[in-house]
Amino acid sequence: MGAAPASRDVTSYGMGLAAPLALFFLLFFVAPLLQLLWLSLHNDTAGLHWGLGQYLHFLTDPFSLGVLGSTLLLGAEVTAVCLVLGFPIAWLYQRVGPKLQTIIILIVLLPLLTSVVVRTFAWIVILGRQGIINATLQSLGVIDTPLKLLYTQFGVVIALAQVQMPLMTLPLITALGRIDPNLDDASCSLGAGSWRTFFRIVLPLSLPGVIAGCTLTYAAAITAFITQSLVGGGQMLFMPMYLYQQASTLQNWPFAAAISIIFLLAVLAVVSVFTTLGRMSRGYGGA
Amino acid sequence: MAEAQGGRSLVVDAVTHRYPSGALAVENINLDIKGGEIIALLGPSGCGKTTLLRIIAGFIAQTQGRIIIGDDIVDALPPNKRAVGIVFQNYALFPHLSISENVAYGLAARGIHKATRQREAQRLLELVQLPAMAERLPRQLSGGQQQRVALARALAIKPSILLLDEPFAALDKNLRLDMQIEVKRLQRVSGITTLIVTHDQEEALSMADRVAVLSHGKLEQFGSPSDVYDRPQTLFVNTFVGSTNRMPGVVVSADRTAAKVRLDAGSEIIARPAGGTLSEGGRVTVCIRPEHLQFVGDETGFAGVVGMSLPLGATVVHEVTTADGSGVKVSQARIGETRALENGAAVRLAPLAPSLATPFPQRFRSSPEGSST
Repeated sequence: MGAAPASRDVTSYGMGLAAPLALFFLLFFVAPLLQLLWLSLHNDTAGLHWGLGQYLHFLTDPFSLGVLGSTLLLGAEVTAVCLVLGFPIAWLYQRVGPKLQTIIILIVLLPLLTSVVVRTFAWIVILGRQGIINATLQSLGVIDTPLKLLYTQFGVVIALAQVQMPLMTLPLITALGRIDPNLDDASCSLGAGSWRTFFRIVLPLSLPGVIAGCTLTYAAAITAFITQSLVGGGQMLFMPMYLYQQASTLQNWPFAAAISIIFLLAVLAVVSVFTTLGRMSRGYGGA
Repeated sequence: MAEAQGGRSLVVDAVTHRYPSGALAVENINLDIKGGEIIALLGPSGCGKTTLLRIIAGFIAQTQGRIIIGDDIVDALPPNKRAVGIVFQNYALFPHLSISENVAYGLAARGIHKATRQREAQRLLELVQLPAMAERLPRQLSGGQQQRVALARALAIKPSILLLDEPFAALDKNLRLDMQIEVKRLQRVSGITTLIVTHDQEEALSMADRVAVLSHGKLEQFGSPSDVYDRPQTLFVNTFVGSTNRMPGVVVSADRTAAKVRLDAGSEIIARPAGGTLSEGGRVTVCIRPEHLQFVGDETGFAGVVGMSLPLGATVVHEVTTADGSGVKVSQARIGETRALENGAAVRLAPLAPSLATPFPQRFRSSPEGSST
């Protein structure tokens, strides 16, 4: 800017200011993570024998692999539901007046303003045997016996989708807002109908937002301990509950630690796939 | 595929558009554009020219009136069925598609086979002198190149009408001139009826066969560049197109061809009304362009005192303060050694000819000084 820049390197300020947070992370994130890793490398609960026994156990046990698989699948289902329902909302947001925009943003953000526990209990009330859906359908005579909605995969996916929806919608709204509205008009004037415009122009250009939304939703959905456990009940076991059982109920800390590490790696793998896709699609942005 | 339709006529028939709020965007616009003409829609921002363009393209449905392209009334057709090519102010190239895919986009929408599409895209890129750019992305091109691509993309669909929305506004001055020449060349080659929306009077005058001047949603004048520049029909056109001195005064006597006006600046001059007879005793604003004023040695014209002199290269502009304290600009061609005028020198000024001073009735209360623009 002005004449001679300050003699001190500007980055030295940055490092100093970051120190408190860095220290905090070191103490409460990195250290426990290392402790977890250390714990998982023991073959017995007493922690006397070193080895990869816990990992071998997990990776050769069909039950454990099944839990991992169904958790990753659950994430994929929730992400898909959020994307299919969230995209039209984000699309609509960019095409209505400022008043409606405020209302839409309020509806989108509302889930974030209430506690996860409260929202999850609300879903229990809605989906239960004598819940709102069953009561309504029965009184209308559509069904005779209550449908089983709670404690099913369907119930968990629906509840999680509602809980995680803002994580999908907000990045999508941002991404769609960045698209030059003239591109729509240009496509149209060149003879393209709305479907071609959507699939050739709008969707590809909103990919960075789609990928950001999917990453957030996916990571949040598979780790959502409360919603998974309460809406899923004891019927379905997902990774967060599985490792909770191993740690708290069975006191098998080394195995619980190994489950954590494997789960962490699985999530990181999925997220990095998304990130790579995101980096590739970012090539589209900017004009 | 639409066949080459270069040269279809465009009629804007009594088009009025009202915003949902009730405000008028454009009011009773009539334009009769012959096939192959270049027309400029000229006006300041907010005059309704872009609205009119969007009505012709089909993005806005007008409240009243008709748009007729060739023999077809197109009001019921959506934009993607009108075969109107548009070049947007920001070019609106698809950032994720290659240059070739951008140009071929309209052909793909028409279900043209891929090989044919690519061949056609290449042909158009050669036409706009960018044959080697086919595989690049828009952001790898300069502004001028992007504009050529936007032109090629619009021409690819063989549109019946080409609409250009402030096409040169984003380019720097030298590039702008190149692109203006380029567009005019392409228009001559294709013979396509072209409408250019612009707020730049030089652009309108230099590029268009005819210029439509808009102000506040109304058509002020529609005529050839020389009509608009030399024979402005309204005070707005006279002020907006070219620069002019506005000198308030009162009509002393008037008939159809001449009016004697007593200027507030202190003397009487003869001026020629743009049309109709002015009422005697009515207040008028007399417009005289700076290049149409001359210094005179006799007692004709009006008196003033020389203030600033600005040598602008080929011309010298003098600012002269008249008796009523208002400023008047005089532009002189610099031929050889132009007589230097001292600051404070008393001079007399007169129009070169009565026909170059045009009085317009004042519809509104005049501003205190006869300002020049």
